[in-house]
Amino acid sequence: MRIDFNHLQQWIGEGSRVLDLGCGDGTLLKYLTDSKQVKGYGLEIDPEQIEACIGRGVNVINQNLDRGLGNFADKSFDTVLMTQALQTMYFPHKVLDEMLRVGKECIITFPNFGHYKARFHLAFRGRMPVSDLLPYEWYNTPNIHFCTFKDFEVLCHEKHINVLNRQVVNERTSQTLGSFNPNLFGETAIYHLSK
Amino acid sequence: MTTPLPPDSVGLVTPRTAVLQEPLTLACGRNLDSFELVYETYGTLNAEGSNAVLICHALSGDHHAAGYHSESDRKPGWWNHYIGPGKAIDTNRFYVVCLNNLGGCSGSTGPRSIEPETGKPWGARFPTLRVRDWVHSQARLADYLGIRQWAAVVGGSLGGMQAMRWALEYPNRVRHCVVIASAMKLSAQNIAFNETARQAIMSDPNYHNGDYLAHDTYPKSGLAVARMIGHITYLSDHVMGEKFGRELRSGSFEQGLDDLVEFQVESYLRYQGDTFSDKFDANTYILMTRALDYFDLAREYNDDPAGAFRRAQCKFYVASFNTDWRFPMERSREIVDALIAADKSVSYTEIDSPYGHDAFLLPNEHYEQTFRQYMARIATE
Repeated sequence: MRIDFNHLQQWIGEGSRVLDLGCGDGTLLKYLTDSKQVKGYGLEIDPEQIEACIGRGVNVINQNLDRGLGNFADKSFDTVLMTQALQTMYFPHKVLDEMLRVGKECIITFPNFGHYKARFHLAFRGRMPVSDLLPYEWYNTPNIHFCTFKDFEVLCHEKHINVLNRQVVNERTSQTLGSFNPNLFGETAIYHLSK
Repeated sequence: MTTPLPPDSVGLVTPRTAVLQEPLTLACGRNLDSFELVYETYGTLNAEGSNAVLICHALSGDHHAAGYHSESDRKPGWWNHYIGPGKAIDTNRFYVVCLNNLGGCSGSTGPRSIEPETGKPWGARFPTLRVRDWVHSQARLADYLGIRQWAAVVGGSLGGMQAMRWALEYPNRVRHCVVIASAMKLSAQNIAFNETARQAIMSDPNYHNGDYLAHDTYPKSGLAVARMIGHITYLSDHVMGEKFGRELRSGSFEQGLDDLVEFQVESYLRYQGDTFSDKFDANTYILMTRALDYFDLAREYNDDPAGAFRRAQCKFYVASFNTDWRFPMERSREIVDALIAADKSVSYTEIDSPYGHDAFLLPNEHYEQTFRQYMARIATE
């Protein structure tokens, strides 16, 4: 179980209707279905991940998020989720708008580009960060729109988005340091939003 | 000498005929006092009767979906890639039923059958059929076979329309609905192709307003042209280019030569038209294309597809192919969107294939894998 999955489930109600954007192999939806009896769908474009979802009995829809969520009605889901995929979107701000239109609430998790290891890479090596957290080179990374926790907070503020909850989770860096200065020591952010 | 049949096929199969004596009232208002349906089955019905899968055929399909009719058969049934032991529709797990639809020409009651009142072939007087008539007649076959509820109703193209109609007409008799390369209704372009095909048949002097059997003749060339038109729309531009390009079968473009040139694609299409028109019935072709044209899933539900699907009790699996321009991906997305709006359980996948509409019949790894995974879930429920 990925660490962000473990934390975000506290904000999802029993039996709620959930949409998971970029649902991968369906692990999270399967977990939420078993533990919280949620109903819903995952959106995914990778053929192998889609096969895995179907094999798990998770409802998966082949849909590219960059095409928007125009086929989903306003506030038709209790929660719209997106875990570790925001940075791969062509238009992250538009995806965020769409999530808040379709969902009564949203939960979004993303890696912190302001993490000290990333800063160290750029500041002292003069190279784009490559680490165990961000294992791609600049030219082949699917992560095309990185942000720091602060950047994300600014976007939420500009869009008048309510931050209901925020949490920082660390797997490799000390949790204490992460709580002390999230934008420097936090690895993954989990935001619980509404509008 | 014959080669042994492939071990992953259902082997030798024999069609059977169900004689259904209860009158059937059709959507057009007319009655059939009794009718016959030819069908094949593969696999074994379990003691609970819970593992039956209905395969609905497309425009020119029939009951012979898998296996071989004789040791010397060159070609297996039309969906042999996907039906058999260990295949996506696994005959080790499922009891698979496929029939020739009412109005067909492969043995089921249709325009070639004898009309009881006149003692002559029905011909063009055979009642106009809708997709729902097929569904109701298939329900009679299910009763006849002792199948109370299908584990799944599965169909591609026109077959997918039947599967969706099943979900609405008999919500308690379907657990899963599998809709491949299909649509909730045809587009104007689709109807246009069908009408052109019908006109090709009707303008053949041997058509005789559909009474060609009484005249002891057959509109062979009209039906062949109809099939050629259809066949073009089942393939993609890309595949035609790959397969034939501008290759010549005969003749040459050399200056000063007046002989006709024949492209490979011409010869191919003519061959397809010829072989099809030898075995298919022109009135059936007209009847089936009309059923396709008339189908509109949501018409009687105030044109609200989500409202229509709210009746359904089953789960859905929908698939489409990226080069299919006869039943494009957008049509499948409309189905999926309506199902989501109706809060139904649905999975949907878009398959990368160069083969156009025909792709639903052909081998494809991702298609095969997702289809297999979905059917395997059904089997373990």
